[in-house]
Amino acid sequence: MVRKEVHSSTIEKIEILDTEDESEDHGISDEEYEQLYKTMVLARKFDERAFSLQRRGEISTYAPHKGQEAAQIGAVFAMTDDDWMVPSFRETAAYIARDAPLDKIFQRWMGDANGQRGLENDLPVAIPVGTQNLHAAGIGMAMEKQEEDNAVVSFTGDGSTSQGDFHESLNFSGVFSGHNVFIVQNNQYAISLPIERQTKSETLAQKAIGHGIDGIQVDGNDIIAVIKGMREALEKARNGEPVVFEALTYRLEDHTTSDDSTRYRDEEEVEKWKEKDPLKRFREYLKDQDIWSDELEAFEDEAEERINEASNEAIDADDPDMEEMFDYVYKDMPEMLKKEKEQFQDFYGGDSK
Amino acid sequence: MSEEMNVVEAVNAALEDELENDEDVLVYGEDVGEDGGVFRASEGLQEEFGRERVFSTPLAESGIIGTGVGMALKGMRPVPEIQFSGFLYLAFHQIKEHAARFRMRSRGDLEVPMTIRAPYGGGISALEHHQESPESFFAHAEGLHVVIPSTPQDTYSLLRKSIQLDDPVVFLEPKQIYRAFKEEVDREKDVELEKARIVQEGSDATLIAWGAMVRVAEEAAQEIDADIEIVDPRTIYPTDFETIIDSVKKTGRAMVLHEAPKTSGFGAEIASRINEEAILDLEAPVKRVTGPDVPYPLYRLEDYYMPNSERAVEGLEELLEF
Repeated sequence: MVRKEVHSSTIEKIEILDTEDESEDHGISDEEYEQLYKTMVLARKFDERAFSLQRRGEISTYAPHKGQEAAQIGAVFAMTDDDWMVPSFRETAAYIARDAPLDKIFQRWMGDANGQRGLENDLPVAIPVGTQNLHAAGIGMAMEKQEEDNAVVSFTGDGSTSQGDFHESLNFSGVFSGHNVFIVQNNQYAISLPIERQTKSETLAQKAIGHGIDGIQVDGNDIIAVIKGMREALEKARNGEPVVFEALTYRLEDHTTSDDSTRYRDEEEVEKWKEKDPLKRFREYLKDQDIWSDELEAFEDEAEERINEASNEAIDADDPDMEEMFDYVYKDMPEMLKKEKEQFQDFYGGDSK
Repeated sequence: MSEEMNVVEAVNAALEDELENDEDVLVYGEDVGEDGGVFRASEGLQEEFGRERVFSTPLAESGIIGTGVGMALKGMRPVPEIQFSGFLYLAFHQIKEHAARFRMRSRGDLEVPMTIRAPYGGGISALEHHQESPESFFAHAEGLHVVIPSTPQDTYSLLRKSIQLDDPVVFLEPKQIYRAFKEEVDREKDVELEKARIVQEGSDATLIAWGAMVRVAEEAAQEIDADIEIVDPRTIYPTDFETIIDSVKKTGRAMVLHEAPKTSGFGAEIASRINEEAILDLEAPVKRVTGPDVPYPLYRLEDYYMPNSERAVEGLEELLEF
């Protein structure tokens, strides 16, 4: 019997904060560090505000990103405007980093699709878990066919790595040299199911190996590790070499405002992860590196003000017209839909407001 | 510009002309490249247009359609083939929840101009899952167009029109008649979507049929001693009910003939619309001759399953004698 090794692979993890490389030059300017911090604070404030708006009944359901700001904002920082972003539903911090208007993000959470208009190279929220990865794979394939040198960055969660669509995405992207970075935010839980019962895999990055593409893991609560890892991954992706990018992180809040995470995880565990809060760690880093300033100290109040302003704008915004329900189904409205629209207009008096 | 073609040759010609017409058009799917597709619908196209535009994919229906959505969002015009319509369900989520919803979700910013081709229908003694008629499932996925041709000319013209459309289309090809007959196909001829075709005019009853059932309808109309008007909707959804209703108002009687099971088949929707809009013109209840409410059987029993001209004639007789 001949038995020999025909494949072997390893998965590496990148960490920067709290390591001896911490103080090196990471190719990020002081102004950029400040901006990153501000974006993280803004995203954190958004999260808190959205939570309270849900409790007040202004938002029906909200999916918080608290604890995942470094993974999202760091990833976006490494991207260019020409790159595309394909989020799932927990990427509010990523949208903020991509400069989506804050009031529009609130508006969408308040149930108005008009909040998803004008996103340029960013797709709207995708809710069915993992299915958006195929859209990202297709965009990455098109970039290769169009001979572009940009890339598409998609976000998915640990739970979605069990979905067939996730695996088909990696496979198609690999076969067709897609310009893809598939970010997997491993926040340890898919609603109630912990990662060790989601998969037997030691890492999620290694899901790449079976599809013949690269996988890397980073400390997802370390924004510098995310940025450095993403810069490497994007360089490959632009070249038609897709990458699975696992950001190890933790969902500090419930799955959504409809969830009660005390039913499936204990306070002790959450407290342990609060010590690794990406915002807290980054703030400490900026202080250690003497980048911290009074301006940054004062930014919390400014952020809160901007968030309040944006949420009030969204609350005050006009509701969409009833007619809009009919207007964006087909490019040219079919005759039968025109008739139905008229019936609804007659019933609602031709003016839905 | 006119030449003799059967249905599958008409598919090939339409793909060829759209690949030529628009450089964003991509033709792909399982075995679509070198092999030319298992029914040879894409025969010769890879040689003509290259591997970047005409290619075979890994074997994964959801992957084929989901990446098609992505490529469409990025400005391409994908024309994926699903090898048999029974495998469309593996991609159903991507079709219904994504392809059909992106325009709505983005308030018109994004669109998915993708035409999904799939051979459908029974009567060819194929394996399990290879003979179904799934049009109703897709007619219930608002945002899609569901198109079914019944002749080579319609196949050619409707497919080209579908590919040019900026909405997603499920284009179901009646594989039973892929090679059943040839006719002159005019490559210049334009056909509107959402526009039914009056196959033959008549005054005694309206017979509504699509795909391979149009031929069965024609046979039945020949055999029966009555003047039957045959209407082929061509676009199942959105539906040209106007033509159907006008015909029924003229004849006073209507029968729907389709392969799919009766319950919740598209005939149910047609019958309801006729009731809503023409009940006072009716001389008889709307009749339905369809497949039975059973899964399409393995093929030893398919002759019992498939509606034929005898059953259609009996249905018409009952309709006329009511």
